[in-house]
Order: sequence, then C-alpha cells, then structure tokens
Amino acid sequence: MSKARASYIRIGAVHAALIAYTLVALFPVFLTIANSFKSRNAIFREPLAIPTPETFSLIGYETVLKQGDFVGYFQNSIIVTVVSIALVLLFGAMAAFALSEYRFRGNTLMGLYLALGIMIPIRLGTVAILQGMVAADLVNTLTALILVYTAQGLPLAVFILSEFMRTVSDDLKNAGRIDGLSEYAIFLRLVLPLIRPAMATVAVFTMIPIWNDLWFPLILAPAEATKTVTLGSQIFIGQFVTNWNAVLSALSLAIFPVLVLYVIFSRQLIRGITAGAVK
Amino acid sequence: MGSLQLKSIRKAFGSHEVLKGIDLDVKDGEFVIFVGPSGCGKSTLLRTIAGLEDATSGSVQIDGVEVGHVAPAKRGIAMVFQSYALYPHLSVRDNMGLGLKQAGVPKTEIEEKVAKAAGMLSLDPYLARRPAELSGGQRQRVAIGRAIVREPKLFLFDEPLSNLDAALRVNTRLEIARLHRSLKATMIYVTHDQVEAMTLADKIVVLNAGRIEQVGSPMELYNRPANLFVAGFIGSPQMNLIDAAKLDDRDAKTIGIRPEHIGLSRETGDWQGKVIHVEHLGADTIIYIESETVGLLTVRLFGEHRYAADDTVYATPVIGSMHRFDAEGRVIRSGQ
Ligand SMILES: Nc1ncnc2c1ncn2[C@@H]1O[C@H](COP(=O)(O)OP(=O)(O)OP(=O)(O)O)[C@@H](O)[C@H]1O
Ligand SMILES: [Mg+2]
Repeated sequence: MSKARASYIRIGAVHAALIAYTLVALFPVFLTIANSFKSRNAIFREPLAIPTPETFSLIGYETVLKQGDFVGYFQNSIIVTVVSIALVLLFGAMAAFALSEYRFRGNTLMGLYLALGIMIPIRLGTVAILQGMVAADLVNTLTALILVYTAQGLPLAVFILSEFMRTVSDDLKNAGRIDGLSEYAIFLRLVLPLIRPAMATVAVFTMIPIWNDLWFPLILAPAEATKTVTLGSQIFIGQFVTNWNAVLSALSLAIFPVLVLYVIFSRQLIRGITAGAVK
Repeated sequence: MGSLQLKSIRKAFGSHEVLKGIDLDVKDGEFVIFVGPSGCGKSTLLRTIAGLEDATSGSVQIDGVEVGHVAPAKRGIAMVFQSYALYPHLSVRDNMGLGLKQAGVPKTEIEEKVAKAAGMLSLDPYLARRPAELSGGQRQRVAIGRAIVREPKLFLFDEPLSNLDAALRVNTRLEIARLHRSLKATMIYVTHDQVEAMTLADKIVVLNAGRIEQVGSPMELYNRPANLFVAGFIGSPQMNLIDAAKLDDRDAKTIGIRPEHIGLSRETGDWQGKVIHVEHLGADTIIYIESETVGLLTVRLFGEHRYAADDTVYATPVIGSMHRFDAEGRVIRSGQ
C-alpha cells in the first residue's frame, strides 16, 4: 500500500519534471506561433496573450507572402536540406562500412581523419570555400550550399554510423557472402536495414543545422533565386525597424517542413528500435 | 565429391599467429569434428576453409581444386553459424532460398528444394514467418535448412548447438547425424562439447594453440592418446595424471589412468587413500580420493555405490590401462 503510494509519488515527480521540460522547450515555439497571428500593437502590448478576436490579424502572413518569392525560398530550403541529407547518409554510410568492415593499413588514422570535422567548425574555412566556389563558378547556386552542407554533415555521420555498423553481427555478413551476395548487396540489403535507427538519428542531427543556417546562404548564395527561408526572413529584420509580424509569420511557416521531416525520421527510429528488440 | 585437403595453413592477425601450420586430409563423406580449448583457432580454421578469411600461407583444396582465390559462394560449401545468422528481414522461405536465387536458379526449382529441405527439418508450418517469430531451436533448423538447400560438397558447422538447451541439443544432434547419413555429404563441425564430438564424428581433430595435436577416430583418441594434451582433453572426467616418480617408473615422466580404469575396494588394493568427495550421478558414481602414494585420484564407478567422505579405501588400476608419457608429453608405446 505504502509502496504503491511511493511509486505514485515517484511517477508523479518524473512526469512533473518531464512536463516542465516540455513546457520550457515548447514555450518559444508557442510564443512565435501565437504572436504571428496578432496585430503589431497586440504583440507589444501583451506579448504573452493568445490571439483574441480583437487582436487577431493575418497581416504578418500577408506581408510574407507578398514580399519576395517565399514559396521559392521554401523550395530552395527543402531542396538543399533533402539533397544534403541524402548525400550525407549515402556517403557517410559507405565510408562507415569500409571503416568498420575491412582491415586495411591506416584504417584507424582514416577514421580519426574523417571524424576530425566534428571538432573543427567548417566555418573556419569560409574564405577558402568562397574562393573555391568562385573559381568553380558555383556562387549563387544551390549546388554550392549542398556541397558545403554535405561536407559539414559527413564527419558526425561517419562517426555514428561506423560505431553502429561494428555492432552488426559478422556471422550475418559472412552468411551473406556464402550465399553469394556481393559486398554492395551486403551493404545495401543486410547492413543498412539493420542500422536504420542510426540513420534516422544522423538525419535529424544533420537536418536542423542545415535548415537553420544563415551563414553560408548569405555568403555563397544570396541571390534572389537561391535564397533559403532563413535568409529570406532576414529582410524583415532591419537595422532600425523590424517587421515583427512578418518575422514571426515567416518563422512559424519555416517550422512546418522541419516538423514533417522529423516525423518521418522519428517513425523510422521507433520502427528500427522495436525491430531490434525482438531479435 | 567433397574431399578437402589443407596444406600447411598459417594465419596471422598482425603479428599474432593464430594457425601455425595445419595439414589435414578429409575424405569424401566423412564427418570430421574440430575440438580444442577456447581461442585455439577452430573458428579461424573453419572460416579459412570457407574463404571468409584469407590464409597467410598454405593451400586449401576442395575436391583437388585449389580454392585460394575462389569466392566463398563459389566453393561449393555451406556454413551454419553459432548465432544462426538468419536474415532478419526475410521470411524463412526466402532465408533458405536466397543462396540459390543469387546463383540464378529458376524459381520453381528453388521452391522445390526449399520445400524438400523444410520437409526434412519439419519446418513446413513456419515457411512464411520471419526469424524473429521462431524459437531458438526452430531458428537453428532454418540455418541448417539454408545450408542443405544449397546442396554443398562440404558442410561447415561452427558450434551450431551451443545456444540450445540440453534437451534440444540432443534432438538436433540426432537430426544432424541423420542428415549426414541421408545426404552422404562431407561435414566439418566445430564444438566444445565432448559428447557431441564422440557421438557424431568419424574423425576428431584435436587443436591446441593453432596446431593439430592428434587426428583419429573417437575411440583411437580415447584409447591411444598421442600426447598429454589429448589425454587430458578427451574424456570426462579427466584422465588422472600421476608423476611417474611416485610409481618408481624411471622411463616415463607422467602416468595417465582414466577414472573408469580404477577399481575400488574397502579391504585391499595398490594405493591406500581417503575419500574426500563423492558425486552420485545415478548411472555413475564419481569418487575423489586423496592418496599418500599418488596424490589426488578421480575414480568413476558404474552404478550406485555407498562410499562417503572420510572412508578409507584402496584403489587398484586395471592392468594394461596405463598411459605413459615422456618428458615432452609424448606417449611411450614401447614395452606395452
Ligand atoms: N579478426 C581477428 N583479429 C584479430 N585476432 C583474431 C581475429 N579473429 C580471431 N582472432 C584471434 O584468433 C584466436 C583464435 O580465434 P578463434 O575464434 O578461431 O578461436 P576458437 O577456437 O573458435 O575459440 P572458441 O572456441 O572460443 O570459439 C583468438 O586468440 C582470437 O583472439
Ligand atoms: Mg569459435
């Protein structure tokens, strides 16, 4: 009886902590979305209030959709993010497979070298990257962004995926070899399905910084045709006046594509985890 | 078809030499078992035969054909792994059929062969299931089925039963023995389990630290061990090894007597001693004796016996059952 009550208290405490954390984490998102539906005066007078019939206004969204090619910006962001994730996962998994599966001279050194990028921020190389892009005539193209983001995402991907691939049973791969599967088939048909949760994790970790990045779009692809959403929203932030309605609306809109991608990956994550549990 | 020749196989991982020159001949249709302590290189040798590991030097011939540069799938072998190694995302049917599919065998023929193997192993009800939905014993049968379907010249088993419980192990062991008789295929089988080795093998290969200690039929190894290592390794409980000096034998260094070759009496005998522990196993009674002349002795008597700790007893070795070993541990055969 007392034991049961004690565990109620413990469960209650855990839930309280988790709910508190959820509220803290969701509060900025809530504030952004709530305020994006309010008139300018209401935002400043009562920033914490939810929109009421008097303060409700779509002026922010109207501004955003009128100003510039916002649909185009979205498209650019989505293309850059999705293609970069795909390339990071593909090349990351390939490198990780080689590192974890084959014994060759310099294996460990190569692994360290590939993981170095986790500790050294790619932005340190911005000048050289810009010079390279100019020389290759890639400035103001989405390709430039995709190349940079792929490079930026690879170190962590190689690191995480090679750790996971080491846990895939050797016997399983050997059984595949005896059954006549090529090394490519072993990689694609045996190993990749088994490390799907790790792939989803890497995808999520890769996606967020790319979507939110302002630095490289500003430097490498600031042209109207190649602007990303994050860069596009900046026009509403002025040195003297900031159009908060528009900024908040743009940010609210920018949340949704990430949310969709996240839901897709996290489904993979959960499915992968339960598939492993019953092995 | 199905013979195997190994010629001075060596294998090193970096500077660590695991196989130190293995020579072995396996005739067509033989059931050969590799035994040896953990880490002695049994699995490495098996993987080298399969082509999953390249030998550092030496040659592997299957049916007289050098297979050093032949891919595992083309060697005409099939392997059953300790961890089953079933493809988790494929059904039992596809698990068994994958090898044939990769080899380009027509669909109807695959169906036929899978059905036949499933029949042999009573797997019919499970063909549509995934490995995750099977019990351990069923998974192991699928793994064996996957090997049978390929109709290999050479079966390789790496401790296939060690994940099964005792009862299932006996059943599967009988099944493998039956398979060997009906398929008449050559089988090479790695195990830790003495009973498995003694009951299944035509020929046992005892490995120790990357070398072959002795090759022979189970009874040869039991009755005529070539050296101390084999004498101590084969047979359970272990052979009694007695310092020859205690028995006034000047030519030998060590004398070995199997526990079942010692008679026990309460009245008279060669070596007087005191019982220190008794194990009643029903069919056997194992008695541990501390003797002043020869030290600790293990005695195995058949049936039930009423000895108890602290009883004084006399042990007598059966005449002609002693094994004599020289200073290097080799058996001395002359004189007997
Ligand atoms: N890939 C590898 N790299 C380095 N050393 C290895 C490798 N595989 C095996 N070894 C070493 O080779 C030796 C023999 O290993 P092996 O797996 O053949 O032993 P085993 O006789 O099968 O043992 P067990 O009965 O425990 O399965 C061990 O000392 C092991 O550490
Ligand atoms: Mg082994």
